[in-house]
Amino acid sequence: MIPDAHIPRGDLGDKWDNCLDSLHLLSPANKRNRSVIVVGTGLAGASAAATMSELGYRVDAFTFHDSPRRAHSIAAQGGINASKNYPNDGDSHYRLFIDTIKGGDFRSREANVYRLAQISGNIIDQCVAQGVPFAREYGGYLDNRSFGGALVSRTFYAKGQTGQQLLLGAYGAMNRQIHQGGVRLHTRSEMLELVLKEGRACGIITRNLVTGRIRRHMADAVVLATGGYSNIFHRSTNAFGCNVTAIYRAYKRGALFANPCFTQIHPTCIPVLHEHQSKLTLMSESLRNHGRLWVPKQVDDPREPRNIPEVERDYFLERKYPAYGNLSPRDISSRTVKEVCDEGRGVGAMKHSVYLDFQSAIEEHGLDFIEQRYGNLFDMYRHICNEDPYLRPMKIYPAAHYTMGGLWVDYHLMSNIPGLFVIGEANFSDHGANRLGASALMQGLADGYFILPQTIGHYFAEADAQPLALDDEVFDAAEQDATRRINRLLAVAGGQTVASLHRQLGDIMWHHCGMSRSEQDLCSAIDQIQELRDEFWKSVNVTGTSRDLNQTLEYAGRVADFMEFAELMCRDALAREESCGAHFREEYQNKAEARRDDERFSHVAAWAYRGEALPERFEEKLAFECARLMERDYR
Amino acid sequence: MNLVLRIWRQASAEVEGRFEDYPVSGISTDYSFLEVLDRINEDLVSQNQEPVAYEMDCREGICGSCSLMINGTPHGPRPATTTCQLYMRHFHDGQTITVEPWLSRATPVIKDLVVDRSALDRIMQSAGYISVHTGEAPDANTIPVSKSRADKAFVAASCIGCGACIAACPNASAMLFVAAKVTHLSLLPQGEPERSHRVRAMVVAMDREGFGNCSNHYECAKACPKSIPVSLIARLNREFQHAGLLGHEYGGPIHHAAHEE
Ligand SMILES: Cc1cc2nc3c(=O)[nH]c(=O)nc-3n(C[C@H](O)[C@H](O)[C@H](O)COP(=O)(O)OP(=O)(O)OC[C@H]3O[C@@H](n4cnc5c(N)ncnc54)[C@H](O)[C@@H]3O)c2cc1C
Ligand code: SF4
Ligand code: FES
Repeated sequence: MIPDAHIPRGDLGDKWDNCLDSLHLLSPANKRNRSVIVVGTGLAGASAAATMSELGYRVDAFTFHDSPRRAHSIAAQGGINASKNYPNDGDSHYRLFIDTIKGGDFRSREANVYRLAQISGNIIDQCVAQGVPFAREYGGYLDNRSFGGALVSRTFYAKGQTGQQLLLGAYGAMNRQIHQGGVRLHTRSEMLELVLKEGRACGIITRNLVTGRIRRHMADAVVLATGGYSNIFHRSTNAFGCNVTAIYRAYKRGALFANPCFTQIHPTCIPVLHEHQSKLTLMSESLRNHGRLWVPKQVDDPREPRNIPEVERDYFLERKYPAYGNLSPRDISSRTVKEVCDEGRGVGAMKHSVYLDFQSAIEEHGLDFIEQRYGNLFDMYRHICNEDPYLRPMKIYPAAHYTMGGLWVDYHLMSNIPGLFVIGEANFSDHGANRLGASALMQGLADGYFILPQTIGHYFAEADAQPLALDDEVFDAAEQDATRRINRLLAVAGGQTVASLHRQLGDIMWHHCGMSRSEQDLCSAIDQIQELRDEFWKSVNVTGTSRDLNQTLEYAGRVADFMEFAELMCRDALAREESCGAHFREEYQNKAEARRDDERFSHVAAWAYRGEALPERFEEKLAFECARLMERDYR
Repeated sequence: MNLVLRIWRQASAEVEGRFEDYPVSGISTDYSFLEVLDRINEDLVSQNQEPVAYEMDCREGICGSCSLMINGTPHGPRPATTTCQLYMRHFHDGQTITVEPWLSRATPVIKDLVVDRSALDRIMQSAGYISVHTGEAPDANTIPVSKSRADKAFVAASCIGCGACIAACPNASAMLFVAAKVTHLSLLPQGEPERSHRVRAMVVAMDREGFGNCSNHYECAKACPKSIPVSLIARLNREFQHAGLLGHEYGGPIHHAAHEE
């Protein structure tokens, strides 16, 4: 069963205040007696660890990276939304809320999303105070730009390195707490198991990636801030280490997994150029402020892009969605790119790209202007593709990018397991079935700086500290599970590399559970995944030992979890017999536009692990009191 | 292309290392350097041998995980390029490419090409931040910052903490890294109150970690994938001297932060 989501009473605009007013408080002395484990030190985890330590809690923070500053958040490019309305273009909390709810195709909670909008401005204040060098105008005030799915400019940015600058800010805040002794940092430590005592989260098991040592850690609460799982598709825009392990293992211990099939495919990425390519690099959505997407009108047009006259070009987003044009939301843009490529009008050697063209912007604003805004992105493109985007349009194609699905949490960001909190991309979050650009950074930092540090105190005030020791049998059992699994991976000694098995899984997922899904494809995918999983456990080859740095073993553990989790993703996609946001079921469409079924599916699907049996699906009904349910129309 | 990679192998810090040659064939010029290492590693695993340990994560030049001394140059031959952004079109067929870890006293080897760069984090923990509690901040537009100042701070802030500057320096000095960090925060009005404490604490932490001194070789800036200007080192020196003149006007003792495994 899904527990109550604890949505506070009152008008939408009052709910967060009402929640804060009703939270039980802990005295400063009691806070010092409470300990928290934070797994993950990206934007969500670092901001949470720092803030909770400032409040007086004793924090242990864990990351598998060698430094918190390497978390995948560092790679976020384009920007972070906030309804500051600095440009005076009519923005408000309400508008940011509506855009985000609508962008998510009405599959997220109103109360959460409104809170996000309310907090968004505080995040910018906090980050600026920390020294985040956001872009400024000549007058010295902060500059904004536009992102997809919005008609106002509300995105704050630091060139194409917004995530880097925000993460350095949160890392600094955490460093200050480390210096003061409030946070103990455990780097190169991978969480392998969640530990529960009498149904409550009380600790974790980690493996030190350098020494191989398995360790037990206990605390009064556990926070997972372990990011997203787009790497299930093998190639994605994510960093290599991104994985599902922490949240999947928590799921196997009883945490509900919400909307696992809601995965975002980003429209503008550098496509696959050769078979051994390991990564699909994102070209930030911000580029669509000035770049225009087009393909030739004619199928198989062999001409150089610059030799194709205007009238023979199809600016397909501008044509199909004139109101939002090139800034249409990601799900819709990706599908349209796929559509024109499937029609045979794709460009590039493999005919599977479209142009992202800056010619008109350069003519209008000049080279300097474009260089100022997008210089590092253009450099990145040039490095990879060996072509100069100032002279020739970029060639781009959609790629797996972000996962809206994640562990189910209530309004307090607590999962159904008491004492287990989940923040950032790892929770099922506020983005519904499709995330709007520049809103993941906003959500991760809202969770970490402003929400969790408040709500966690309520849990402590309600739940008495439990006496527990590291030699408790619950730790014995969890440690044994972790060790057994490692030994099992090492014992297979088969003939296939982890990478090749991961590639095969990615292929299945991309073709059957990617941009477009159908009952037939999903059923076939489930069969194939089961076969591949058996194959994995028969034929994976993990060299080396468990007693030192063994990157093959780390990778194998993560892929093993993907092998199981992939099936859950497909089952969720199968059960959701509608199209909404990024989840496009071919059976449910109106002329290639997604067709939602609000009667049957206006809910969050949350899955419970049932061991050998099939997982069980629960529903949390979504009520819309303020946002009017409507067909998303960006035309 | 056909290539030979001559790679440093070392099972752990305690044992001796040595070079091993790994021939690879059929490499396209569109491969990234790390994709060649991936190929070698897949082949090694298929032959039941341990693959080469090396670090990377984002593969887009921003996380600072990748390293490698390639033919004697940190991050390889291309200016302003991280190893993960290096493509094989910059090498020629038949070439032998030497690949080593970034060794220095303060960044010891862990295994093969992986070194321990946590010293950089400890420097940052000493004072590399602005002290502001969550919730204390005034409205973001309260303090205007001139665009040129903000842009300069941004350039310094774009350091990715990779450590190439240290690997390139004959003295294994971390001055460029520290200079970038100090400059970022000291250029902004928000960083002003702690300015002199910060630079002193960070320089002390840097010395404590065993990094060498700067004797103006400027190899650091040449190796830096983010083109952090060498002029920032002069600025760091000025900041440090200025802070010294001001004396200990701020803050408690400069102590060593706990950094767990
Ligand atoms: C290329 C790219 C560009 C993006 N650009 C934008 C943008 O412009 N605007 C925007 O809003 N969003 C953007 N996003 C999305 C956004 O960056 C992420 O959603 C967000 O940064 C996730 O932050 P996080 O803190 O939840 O997780 P992460 O930053 O992924 O951090 C995860 C942390 O968990 C740790 N971890 C994971 N598993 C374990 C384990 N088992 N044990 C121990 N530690 C573990 C990792 O070490 C890491 O510290 C972008 C994403 C990508 C891929
Ligand atoms: S200054 Fe340059 S070389 Fe040194 S750590 Fe920073 S980015 Fe790397
Ligand atoms: S792997 Fe991230 S900078 Fe090279």
